[in-house]
Amino acid sequence: MMTDFFLKLRQAGIPVTLTEFLTLLEALSQRVTAHSIEEFYYLARATLVKDERYYDRFDQVFGSHFQGLETLFDEIIGARVPLEWLHKLAELTLSEEDKQWIESLGGWEKLMETFAKRLTEQEGRHQGGNKWIGTAGTSPYGAYGYNPEGIRIGQETSRHRRAVKVWDRREFRNLDDTLELGTRNIKIALRRLRRFAREGAARELDLDDTIRSTARNAGWLELKMVPERHNAVKVLLFLDVGGSMDDHVRVCEELFSAARGEFKHLEYFYFHNMVYEGLWKDNRRRYTEKTATLSVLNTFGHDYKLILVGDATMSPYEITYPGGSVEHFNPEAGDVWLSRLLTAWPHAIWLNPQPQNRWSYIPSIQMVRELMGERMFPLTLEGLEQGIRALQRAR
Amino acid sequence: MSESRFRGTDRYVATDDLMMAVNAAVTLGRPLLVKGEPGTGKTQLAEEVALALNRPFLQWHIKSTTKAQQGLYEYDAVSRLRDSQLGDARVHDIGNYIVKGKLWEAFTTEIQPVLLIDEIDKADIEFPNDLLHELDRMEFFVYETRQVVKARHRPIIIITSNNEKELPDAFLRRCFFHYIRFPDKETMERIVNVHYPNLKKRLLSEALEAFFEIRDVPGLKKRPSTSELLDWIKLLVAEDIPPEALRGDQRKLIPPLYGALLKNEQDVHLFERLLFMSRRKKD
Ligand SMILES: Nc1ncnc2c1ncn2[C@@H]1O[C@H](COP(=O)(O)OP(=O)(O)OP(=O)(O)O)[C@@H](O)[C@H]1O
Ligand SMILES: [Mg+2]
Repeated sequence: MMTDFFLKLRQAGIPVTLTEFLTLLEALSQRVTAHSIEEFYYLARATLVKDERYYDRFDQVFGSHFQGLETLFDEIIGARVPLEWLHKLAELTLSEEDKQWIESLGGWEKLMETFAKRLTEQEGRHQGGNKWIGTAGTSPYGAYGYNPEGIRIGQETSRHRRAVKVWDRREFRNLDDTLELGTRNIKIALRRLRRFAREGAARELDLDDTIRSTARNAGWLELKMVPERHNAVKVLLFLDVGGSMDDHVRVCEELFSAARGEFKHLEYFYFHNMVYEGLWKDNRRRYTEKTATLSVLNTFGHDYKLILVGDATMSPYEITYPGGSVEHFNPEAGDVWLSRLLTAWPHAIWLNPQPQNRWSYIPSIQMVRELMGERMFPLTLEGLEQGIRALQRAR
Repeated sequence: MSESRFRGTDRYVATDDLMMAVNAAVTLGRPLLVKGEPGTGKTQLAEEVALALNRPFLQWHIKSTTKAQQGLYEYDAVSRLRDSQLGDARVHDIGNYIVKGKLWEAFTTEIQPVLLIDEIDKADIEFPNDLLHELDRMEFFVYETRQVVKARHRPIIIITSNNEKELPDAFLRRCFFHYIRFPDKETMERIVNVHYPNLKKRLLSEALEAFFEIRDVPGLKKRPSTSELLDWIKLLVAEDIPPEALRGDQRKLIPPLYGALLKNEQDVHLFERLLFMSRRKKD
């Protein structure tokens, strides 16, 4: 029952880890909650969800999973959790980070041992009076199996039902921002790219080090200097301003203004549909003031991270054929230029404002995505976060 | 004997979900991370928990320059340097220059304390990670004096964040989490009541009406929160504003003293413009 719940939360995209699930079991065993399913809901939420953006999804999963089960509540969470089952669950769901954490605690066996011990201690202390851990007579886990359908009971039988349950009120709906992307959210996402470093000339007095050195020096003053600290990440932003992008102007502006505020080293250029031999910085003067893409390639070092923003929605000719551009005659095909960019800046992503469920119907999106080595992400908060993570990964 | 469950206090209104989060954190000895709009009572919570559970209260306020190490201890080399130049005998014992941080204090108080780590998101992104080890082991090592400081009990740790930065996953996994939802009308009434128990019913209901209406104005940069409402009510009472003045045809009248609610100049302009427009429509 509980394990199904756990898996459903993960399926809903809520990043619950086994650690947290164990914490929930521990909390139950320590009787943090009394008896109502409402309290259980609060406890589970405080334990398993660490970001209010997921509250609404949590409510939905909780609602559908425990629907009609209120009277069986004690049994639901009173079930003994077999260790083998936890093993299996772990294999399915442990992230690399989880594994490392478990290693640091002395390995999986050790963790389970401690956990089991803790549970039995509890059991002993409460001498069967404990509802949370299998009391005598309660069937072990397998008795009612994994399938919630098997024990669903009619809603009429539920005596404790309330008019509207908390989780059914969906009060956190507007916090789930997979759809809405504001400048602030973008900023938070971009901040993940921060990497503070002290670079350049030593200009700041390092007071701590000066004092330390002087003290160590038996009182002879020894000045220590360090370079200033700043966000050292460098970003190149290429924005598509083609006609089909008109629908997405607002989100692009937001992204742009957030990025400008966030990165000291930010360079941006515009393109139309696809990158070719020329880029421009001022959209009103795009025909007169072009910058040669080659010179951009030569100007910005490999340590720049490249973010392309465009809907990649065009005729395939614009990608694969010389002269395929709708605006001018391009001597070399778009894919040639895109590959050059990717060689120069291996840390690169493409953000696409088109809804992701449409991607597979538009051949040009598929092509660009392939050229990008799958590093195309939807321009939603979630997509942006994934993209930023991809940018951070070593290549 | 002190109360062992937190249920709010006579100065602080706690909703059921908040109580559960606090009690889970207290029982299991894990930190509680609290987020929510500014002014929703995040900071005050820890103090009230200490009060309700009858514990000492320690507050560690985080700034952008705060380092995790400062929570453990700092070595005051300047004083030592000064003492050495003055020939003070204290200088020979380095222990005299170790200044305890809040975490050290929390580890060593006689009764299990409540430690508030306020606005953790102000610090560097690595800050929470730097504290993980100490929070896990409940001990740390003082290099200068070669001493291990062990916690006498797990302090009750309440951490607040304003969402300026995302917190690392490893850190989040160890915490209980609660997001303070902006109070609904009913809860807000209770909150105002604990601050101004003698407030006239009419004034309260009119003030709340006007307040939630302003909060609903689309496009505000900073929506007024609990603390602004409380300030405003205080002014209303001090100026002896009658409930009727808050009312009238609401969209036609600017509520008196609304400067207490809208502090951002752009918001004031926006609000005035909206009022102006709606007035013209009606005339
Ligand atoms: N639930 C509540 N019960 C009683 N008073 C409250 C409550 N919530 C907020 N307040 C009042 O609102 C004011 C702001 O509270 P507090 O400073 O704790 O908010 P905060 O969330 O820490 O804000 P910030 O994010 O700006 O630091 C205080 O005067 C506090 O008394
Ligand atoms: Mg605060």
